[in-house]
Amino acid sequence: MSSSVALQRRFDLAAMGDEATRIRKRGGDEEDDEEEEDDERGMEAWERAYADERSWENLQEDESGLLRPIDTKTLVHAQYRRRLLQKSAASAASRIQKGLIRYLYLVIDLSRAASETDYRPSRMVAVAKCAEVFIREFFDQNPLSHVGLVTIKDGISHRLTEIGGSPESQIKALMGKLECSGDASLQNALELIHGYLSQIPSYGHREVLILYSALNTCDPGDIMETIKKCKKAKIRCSVIGLSAEIFICKHVCEETGGSYTVALDESHFKELLLEHAPPPPAIAEYAAANLIKMGFPQRGAEGVIAICSCHKDVKIGGGYTCPRCKARVCELPTECRICGLTLVSSPHLARSYHHLFPVTPFNEVSSVPFKLSQKLAQTCFGCQQSLVSIGTKFAPHVSCLKCNQRFCLDCDIYIHESLHNCPGCESQRATA
Amino acid sequence: MNSVSTPSKLYSGNFTYISSSPFLYFLPPLMGLLILWQSDDVSLIVVLLDVNPFFWASSAASVGDSTSPHHPTAILSFSKLLNHVIPFLNSLLLLNQLNQVVLVATGVNSCSYIYDSGDSEGESAGSVPAVCSEILRRLEEFVDKDRLLGKGPDKVVAAGVSSLLSGSLSLALCYIQRVFRSKARHPQPRILCLQSSPDGPEQYVAVMNSIFSAQRSMVPIDSCVMGVQHSAFLQQASYITGGVYLKPQHLDGLFQYLSAVFATDLQSRSFLQLPKPAGVDFRASCFCHKKTIDMGYVCSVCLSIFCKHHKKCSTCGSEFSQAPSDPNATPDRKRKTSEV
Repeated sequence: MSSSVALQRRFDLAAMGDEATRIRKRGGDEEDDEEEEDDERGMEAWERAYADERSWENLQEDESGLLRPIDTKTLVHAQYRRRLLQKSAASAASRIQKGLIRYLYLVIDLSRAASETDYRPSRMVAVAKCAEVFIREFFDQNPLSHVGLVTIKDGISHRLTEIGGSPESQIKALMGKLECSGDASLQNALELIHGYLSQIPSYGHREVLILYSALNTCDPGDIMETIKKCKKAKIRCSVIGLSAEIFICKHVCEETGGSYTVALDESHFKELLLEHAPPPPAIAEYAAANLIKMGFPQRGAEGVIAICSCHKDVKIGGGYTCPRCKARVCELPTECRICGLTLVSSPHLARSYHHLFPVTPFNEVSSVPFKLSQKLAQTCFGCQQSLVSIGTKFAPHVSCLKCNQRFCLDCDIYIHESLHNCPGCESQRATA
Repeated sequence: MNSVSTPSKLYSGNFTYISSSPFLYFLPPLMGLLILWQSDDVSLIVVLLDVNPFFWASSAASVGDSTSPHHPTAILSFSKLLNHVIPFLNSLLLLNQLNQVVLVATGVNSCSYIYDSGDSEGESAGSVPAVCSEILRRLEEFVDKDRLLGKGPDKVVAAGVSSLLSGSLSLALCYIQRVFRSKARHPQPRILCLQSSPDGPEQYVAVMNSIFSAQRSMVPIDSCVMGVQHSAFLQQASYITGGVYLKPQHLDGLFQYLSAVFATDLQSRSFLQLPKPAGVDFRASCFCHKKTIDMGYVCSVCLSIFCKHHKKCSTCGSEFSQAPSDPNATPDRKRKTSEV
């Protein structure tokens, strides 16, 4: 049974390989700007079923060698519990100090190695797609942080975008420059970024995240010197490899306090990348803590005409008024052009408060016999879904330690991953 | 900060409940079928009703002298409010037969689901009187329970006490997530907050968390504030999530405001001129005194807000190295550096 599966799998892979080479040839003839769309059109329906769904990944062998579909729901929940407990253990160990004001350069390797097609349709496209998701997620979680893009190509590194606060402009710049050639140079990239990151304010956390496709680095000088320099400048370097572990990458990360991971496949790569979105624990000597004076301007009424100080133009409606000098600005966060006050809106700050006050992990309730627990609520407190499974037992569910309310597994994930509030605790008057 | 008075101007004539509803009964039967096929205007409306006895008692007291200058708008008793809200819920159900309405009560000591139109089954379930009596019965139970909870050892007697908006928002979002999970073609959800009591600053973080979660799942939060003051929480909630914020000027015509502004589904909203916010209060409240401030100090490590300069951050424990003689304090120098 299992050998026939293996055979089948080999056949699938072979078919995919053929497909990949064919696409590459076509891509070379035509414009390869929109490689993905070409892909979709060029494939037959049966081929697409393999390429898109990867149905064989939903199967696993049990102990007797039979194929079983993977029970995704419990698997996902188990995975999430592991992550959650890890996170809470880490935050319990150290005090809640996180580097929330981050200055991050995202380095994308566009060397020859990025055109490999072990990731579909190619490493470069896969990386770009994930980078887009990452940039959005990054700004969602770190609203006062800044991101810049650097590419490595033909042995040199090039700054694609200045470090800035707008996700859209970064993504646009990245998507416009997707071509790969030549060798990768780790040293050049680090040198370039070192130059830029030395200018930022002292309270910011300097970070580099390198998405490295190549298996080598082609450097003009001694990279060890550069690593020392980065360490001195308190730049935290992290690398995610796409091919195999490389000593020099590991060395960079170890020296500068970053993390080094190597992706197995695309979904794993995405997972590893998104792990860098939440703010890392702050290392006290890396950035000086400081109180920053900030203003919280109010948004003006719609339909009011005023001259803004940033574009020096007449604008109708919207706009924010600096609380110190009453100048009008169009966008937040920014710095007042007149008095230099940092202007933010309170929602910008509030976006990261869930890092400070996380919801404690819920307790897993093992399935109690129904009769014993008749007094307990039979529905999830959050979404009112019934917790009673078909028999006379409770389906697996969780309960909050503080308010003792019970939640279904889906709500558990939603509460900890997105909502960051326990509905039970919030529906109680806090006993002060 | 005045609320926009467009709807009251548009519909200032004499008004009865019946005048707005009869056309619903004359809908050609074919139209109902059409609605069935095009499910993009089917809505799920989660209504959060503020059941705050402290507010409603004080507002009922001022009903006596309706000319009271202090409460020009809060002249509505709770039973009158229900007279407006329950027909509104019924009209939502009548607008589209697939619409679903969930009512959540926001109390002072607890929050709870009151009514779910998707739950009720049987012949008489959908009928208007059945819905009415169901809602009233459950609300009564809830108010009793809520009162008992407040009679614990730590009693809250303050008159300006706030309701647990964060709790009911969280419940509503959990429910909406369940609808998202349940089937591929789910109704379009939105949340409507009928809020009367003032904001509770201690709920700030939780309310903001709910707002961002709603924004991520594209759930607009509409708000209708019936209290004396504007609600900064709900102004931000509606602004961030793309909902409508309204503070009606004449509460006697509440049903009219509700049906004119909040009854339309998201698809149709793009064709309407809905009230625009008259400014949004983006001020923050400081962590040390829970005061609302427009300028303050922010810890660079954890982004906690303080109204005064501290030596140590009370949230994350980091010690601040220098006095706040940062560039901002000297505007001239700052301007020069930014131009260089």
